Amino acid sequence: MSEYVQTPEEEGGNTMMPAPPALPGAVPAAGAHGGHQPERGPDTGGGLYRQSNLRRRSRNIRSRLAHALCALSTVIAMVPLALILFYVIYQGAGALNFSFLTSLPKPVGESGGGMGNAIAGSLILIGIAAVIGVPFGVLAGTHLAEYRSPRLSWIVRLLSDTLSGVPSIIVGVFVYTLLVLTFKQFSAIAGGVALGILMLPTVARTTEDMMRMVPDTLREASLALGIPRWRTITSVVIKTAGGGIMTGVMLALARIAGETAPLLFTALSSRTWPMGLDKPVASLPVQIYTYAISPFDAWHKQAWAGSLVLVLMVLLLSIGSKLYFGRKMQRAR
Amino acid sequence: MAGHVTTSSLSASFGDIQAIDDVTVEIPANKVTAIIGPSGCGKSTFLRCLNRMHELVPGAKISGEVVWDGKNIYGPGMDATEVRRGIGMVFQKPNPFPLMSVEENVSAGIRLTGGRMSKAMVAEIVEHSLRLAALWDEVKNKLHKPGGGLSGGQQQRLCIARALAVQPDIILMDEPCSALDPASTQKIEDTIDKLKQNFTIVIVTHNMQQAARVSDSTGFMLAREMGDPGRMIEYGPTNKIFTMPDRKETENYITGRFG
Repeated sequence: MSEYVQTPEEEGGNTMMPAPPALPGAVPAAGAHGGHQPERGPDTGGGLYRQSNLRRRSRNIRSRLAHALCALSTVIAMVPLALILFYVIYQGAGALNFSFLTSLPKPVGESGGGMGNAIAGSLILIGIAAVIGVPFGVLAGTHLAEYRSPRLSWIVRLLSDTLSGVPSIIVGVFVYTLLVLTFKQFSAIAGGVALGILMLPTVARTTEDMMRMVPDTLREASLALGIPRWRTITSVVIKTAGGGIMTGVMLALARIAGETAPLLFTALSSRTWPMGLDKPVASLPVQIYTYAISPFDAWHKQAWAGSLVLVLMVLLLSIGSKLYFGRKMQRAR
Repeated sequence: MAGHVTTSSLSASFGDIQAIDDVTVEIPANKVTAIIGPSGCGKSTFLRCLNRMHELVPGAKISGEVVWDGKNIYGPGMDATEVRRGIGMVFQKPNPFPLMSVEENVSAGIRLTGGRMSKAMVAEIVEHSLRLAALWDEVKNKLHKPGGGLSGGQQQRLCIARALAVQPDIILMDEPCSALDPASTQKIEDTIDKLKQNFTIVIVTHNMQQAARVSDSTGFMLAREMGDPGRMIEYGPTNKIFTMPDRKETENYITGRFG
């Protein structure tokens, strides 16, 4: 609860501590500074701090009201998340078992089968995306934070903000024309590139923010030792900001892990194990989508189980990054 | 003897604002030189011109010469990192690298400036530097603990050790004690006294007693009015500056009439 809430002792302050009789000739302010804890009781003789009981009560009521409103909004915001989690677990847990994680999908009508290939495919796609998104994103962020050339930074920041606002399906279409049409082949690489592009702005922006949080005194300390600029950036700035950058990367990965639209016409899907980076691959979100819109009950169940796996993956990534960052910060203190 | 610096007609500005104007002084080797003066008189800027730190500020301009053992540090072919390796700096607020241990902090300069060195060699330099900075006994059992975990005074001496480890000729100190308590200040002043056997020290300070205590020569800087650049009003042996200065402004300042 807020520290602002009054303690009973304080509330009783004015009854327990009656106003001292005003000394003849005493300046009112002298009483206020005379050690009677003037800011606490309104009637202890301090003209400066005098406040009517009514006003104080109204301030308290308003404070509590604001507090209650904040709490209520938080609860309202949390409800959908809790419901989603609960519902996905409730629906998905039944169909989830070891063979679901490791086996291929079965044809319609046959029981059993799983999404092993989709899980593997998703991991491959995320891996390719990371290989593209992390280095370029971190480098772009480093440029924005460290080499402060106003014109170029302005352009890069504008482009990066625009890119983060582009709907993911547009990025999919772009990669489709760029790679799929050119090589006449849906492929894991095309899917990974699309996801990598989606990661870029998030990674660049967090990198920039985290590097800007590194105080200039550390850069100066390093440069004053005769350490060159690039070495200062890699060994002092990036090292100090590393935990935060890591968190940004993991959150970006968590975000793209659930992207469906850009994969529909880049990585496509597949009912086999991944056959190579230049071949279509299955992925969890696309598989969930396909199964969810199918007319078969067994597939619906599997879609729920797949959703549960996906949610767990994302949760693991974001909780893991929080823990990692938390530990890093503790070490820094 | 290494570590002799002369400046001639040194002027520096940030964008349109001129910070110091026409400073010509001779800083003797293996002595402590103090720069005193009221806030905003350009003492720190002057100091930062001596190891090319001033130019890191966007829009910074410098004219004139700074000659270090016969070489103009702003001359063609002079590398800023080379200059900074020979002319180290300690800042106003202790700024150890937060994620590095005590040992890594001290060895940062030698580890990150290229050159390969054996572990034993690094360890030896670390111990030697920490001893010079009078910190070894306090941290020898905490070498692998984070540098940020030390007290403020210890952190500042860690920063001095870090600057010493690169084996510079000159150490610039920008109000190194202004964030410290009297006991830590005392330790740093004792350290400065010992260091001058091997290094030239230039210290900027707000504290006139400190300048009188630690320095051999003193420069008094002053900006006549707000917005005017700082000038070196008087420069000479500390004794003379504090007992019979030539200039009225110096006398007014050291007798506490302003500033």
